[in-house]
Amino acid sequence: MNNENKKLVLELKDIHKSFGNNHVLKGFSLKLYEGENLVIMGKSGSGKSVMVKCLVGLVQPDSGRIMINGQNIITMGQKELDFLRTEIGFLFQGSALYDSMTVRENLEFPLRRHKDKIENFEGTEAAVKQALESVGLLNTIDLMPDELSGGMQRRIALARALILKPKIIMYDEPTTGLDPITANEIIELMRNIQKKYNTSSLIITHDVDCARVISNRMILLVDGINYAEGTYEQLSNSSDPQIRAFFKN
Amino acid sequence: MSKSISFLNRIKLFFAEIGDMTFFAGRFFKEVFKKPYELKELLRQCYNMGNRSLLLVIVTGFIIGLVFTLQSRPTLTDFGAVSWMPSMISVSIVREIGPVIVALICAGRIGSGIGAELGSMKVTEQIDAMEVSGTNPFKYLVVTRIFAVTLMLPLLVIVGDAVALVGSAMVENMKGGVSYTLYFNKVFDTLSFSDILPATVKTIFFGFAIGLVGTYKGYNCAKGTVGVGDASNTAVVYTSMLLFIIDFIAVFVSDIFFEI
Repeated sequence: MNNENKKLVLELKDIHKSFGNNHVLKGFSLKLYEGENLVIMGKSGSGKSVMVKCLVGLVQPDSGRIMINGQNIITMGQKELDFLRTEIGFLFQGSALYDSMTVRENLEFPLRRHKDKIENFEGTEAAVKQALESVGLLNTIDLMPDELSGGMQRRIALARALILKPKIIMYDEPTTGLDPITANEIIELMRNIQKKYNTSSLIITHDVDCARVISNRMILLVDGINYAEGTYEQLSNSSDPQIRAFFKN
Repeated sequence: MSKSISFLNRIKLFFAEIGDMTFFAGRFFKEVFKKPYELKELLRQCYNMGNRSLLLVIVTGFIIGLVFTLQSRPTLTDFGAVSWMPSMISVSIVREIGPVIVALICAGRIGSGIGAELGSMKVTEQIDAMEVSGTNPFKYLVVTRIFAVTLMLPLLVIVGDAVALVGSAMVENMKGGVSYTLYFNKVFDTLSFSDILPATVKTIFFGFAIGLVGTYKGYNCAKGTVGVGDASNTAVVYTSMLLFIIDFIAVFVSDIFFEI
């Protein structure tokens, strides 16, 4: 995929992060372009989740630069960071729905402080219903999260991530823990969302099928650095045994 | 040698935790005056904490009043001082037993609840999700809970004290034939400003301690279900210890100002 003419929406440059003596990220860099689906693959414990948490300011990197829409989030004040976060949707690995709130309240939550961010805002109720419709779960609006299956919870979490109409969506292991059929439904949903809202997506996964279907470009994170970069076809046909190991079934 | 190192490390960790908790309390005071105020969540927490602890406080308070009077009666009778019963019971309950018992109940009921709730929110990434959605989780979860316990505990103590006195009056009425009017007249004759004010002020500090330790333990909970259990458990243990320290300081200070 040629990204030369596309707008750069997110850039990580030379990110280092350690926890005690454990050096998780050792100069990791990436670029995400407008409308692109970028998949990051790596072994469990390779620092994928730490990297994505650095991107939204949940974890502070030791050094490096993180630019989102041209703004460096490391040097940003809390208020500016909170506003910038409304441009980013985040799907957590375990869905992270607020379990003391109904589905409706879960979706209303991000709107409490940022209604003004949505153009032509037609009201909270309409926004919630629209987001639920986009994941096909309008009928669950008054249910509690523990009344939903794992796949439904993931879809509701996706609806919550979409409610502020973000330009970038980050998916942390979107299909982990789901059966193959539900995983395929989630992947299909992610593709539809990308088409409908023209979002740029950063997908952290070790699900090869998910990567094959959804990626425009892939980065392999090994030992804290970007070990390899390319399309799914390029990487899956590589002769490098470390790269091939990711694509073995 | 290794034993002494481990002991020194534990002391070091203990003081490090006190330092962290002090910063946590400092952050509370910094955030509590800042807009936006989470009033709806504050009211919800006040309702939850007050309403859910009320029955427990009423039952416990009533039994304490009843038992305390029954246990004290024989001794006072031996000394021919049974007519002092309402005065003795009211001063003991209002100054000390009521606030401490209700605070300990709330440390178990509210403090451990807050520790477990925030701890489980932490390990299931709900707190991270809140932060990513542009809401300050410290303000929404911590400030509202500490403030709610600080507001509700004095009210619960007043209810607990009142019910304990009712329990005591019932025993006196049944055992000694003392009318309720006479009993409560004696109670109000005995109680003075110096009994009620310091006792009420210290419950505000008790409430703050319960909220602070519960939220601190939950918010900084270690990963995993063991971490949630630890957060809930240590919240109660630390709070109970802290309540007695605060009580000691409060009595000491009251003695200076009111010569109790």
